[in-house]
Amino acid sequence: MAYSDKVVDHFNNPRNMGSFKKDEEGVGTGMVGAPECGDVMKLQIKVQNDTIVDAKFKTFGCGSAIASSSLATEWLKGKTIDEAQKIKNTDIVQELNLPPVKIHCSVLAEDAIKAALADYQKKADGALIDAK
Amino acid sequence: MKLPIFLDNHSTTPMDPRVLDTMLPYFVEKFGNAASRNHAFGWAAEEAVEQARKQIAKLIKADPKEIVFTSGATESDNLAIKGVLEMYKEKGDHIITSSTEHRAVLDTVKSLEGKGKAVVTYLPVDKFGMVNPEDVRKAITDKTILISIMLANNEIGTINPVKEIGKIAKEKGILFHCDATQGVGKIPVDVQDMGIDLMSFTSHKMYGPKGVGALYVRKKNPRVRIAAQMDGGGHERGMRSGTLPVPLIVGFGKACELCEQEMAKDTARLIAMRDRLEASIMKALEESYLNGHPTNRLPGNLNISFAYVEGESLLMGMKDIALSSGSACTSATLEPSYVLRALGVGTELAHSSIRFGLGRFNTDDEIDYTIKKVIEIVTKLREMSPLYEMAKEGVDLKSVQWAAH
Repeated sequence: MAYSDKVVDHFNNPRNMGSFKKDEEGVGTGMVGAPECGDVMKLQIKVQNDTIVDAKFKTFGCGSAIASSSLATEWLKGKTIDEAQKIKNTDIVQELNLPPVKIHCSVLAEDAIKAALADYQKKADGALIDAK
Repeated sequence: MKLPIFLDNHSTTPMDPRVLDTMLPYFVEKFGNAASRNHAFGWAAEEAVEQARKQIAKLIKADPKEIVFTSGATESDNLAIKGVLEMYKEKGDHIITSSTEHRAVLDTVKSLEGKGKAVVTYLPVDKFGMVNPEDVRKAITDKTILISIMLANNEIGTINPVKEIGKIAKEKGILFHCDATQGVGKIPVDVQDMGIDLMSFTSHKMYGPKGVGALYVRKKNPRVRIAAQMDGGGHERGMRSGTLPVPLIVGFGKACELCEQEMAKDTARLIAMRDRLEASIMKALEESYLNGHPTNRLPGNLNISFAYVEGESLLMGMKDIALSSGSACTSATLEPSYVLRALGVGTELAHSSIRFGLGRFNTDDEIDYTIKKVIEIVTKLREMSPLYEMAKEGVDLKSVQWAAH
């Protein structure tokens, strides 16, 4: 199967690969997938004043899964929480020109975004309750 | 050294230039139909076919009359299994095979099973991928008419105890078919000594042309009969109709002759290169696991799982080396390798497997390059892997509640 140039580019030059400390303030972590299924994505966001100032990923999976999560971190940076919620897997499919068998990689990336946002919200809400 | 490097010699092999040289006259000058009995064109073709039949038979210690030409090993497997079942259906309908056979065997018996024409026993294999001959014995019933066990596995290279299985088959009076596609030309094969009654093999896995294969059909002790699966002119002693592809057969014959003459030399070279590849990779990369048998395997085979990285991404990172993986993403079925699963290799490690298939034309330089590339890409992808990170932090990945999808 031939990969699109964009997938190859993200695979060879992954953007924002790495990790934040999970307990760092303003960090939300999403981990989705399972090793038995052949893909696991960890996506992290760092939020300041409701804006995602930084994002990082680590992915175990095929080239398309790596590219999808790499692209997701690029798109997340600079977005507000509300804007980030609106990123759809179909946007990733279109941008990376993923073939039908690789659509699940984009679904996983969307799930990872949602999970990271939810984790951030949970932590933020918890901090708010603690403060009260 | 030229890129890309071909290290996928289990899928096919490049044709030996010496094979091509022998084939060339049979396209334009000597184009006759080997079945034309009444003119010189036909005679020349027939003579060439019979010469090839001798070369092929010699390699497997058979009689030339026991060689039936087919289009390849898949057809040979189909012809052997369906042909025996149809011919001996009065005697029974039970077939014994193993769970790691090639799909040409497995899908054939499954299709017969699905149509209610056969009852099939799928024997398990041990952790190295070997069938236990005693399991074969125990599976035999009074309805068993065929045992079909492969010689060497196409993914992990493990060589089965075929001789022991052949002995049991003979003892019980049951026909023994062996899919020897990966073994013939690579390791010594003797159909007499191994007690094989029917054997499938193909030209393009041993530096011959694609599109031609053979089914060995024993002629005496016992005389094996099979029902033809293709109706027509009654070629190949009525077992396989269709005009013989003379140039391909000539090439197949030459390829067998070369394999016979050069097997010792090829084997020594391949084992030296393969062992060096294996040792260098294993030494440099922790948590790399050999799949298959440590010693009892094909000379050119190496199958390794690299924990925490996925196979397709490994292949993508080594675009200038042609390899194959047991990862789901590289298979048509989107399931990880059933062969590795049958060995008890965990699904996650099956996703992480790479098969290296070395052949006659690989060089030491290519192996050096491959070692370097494999170490580079596995290291890079592990840095990118959340699983590796967790393992390094001491997290037991098995205890994690994964959200399976």
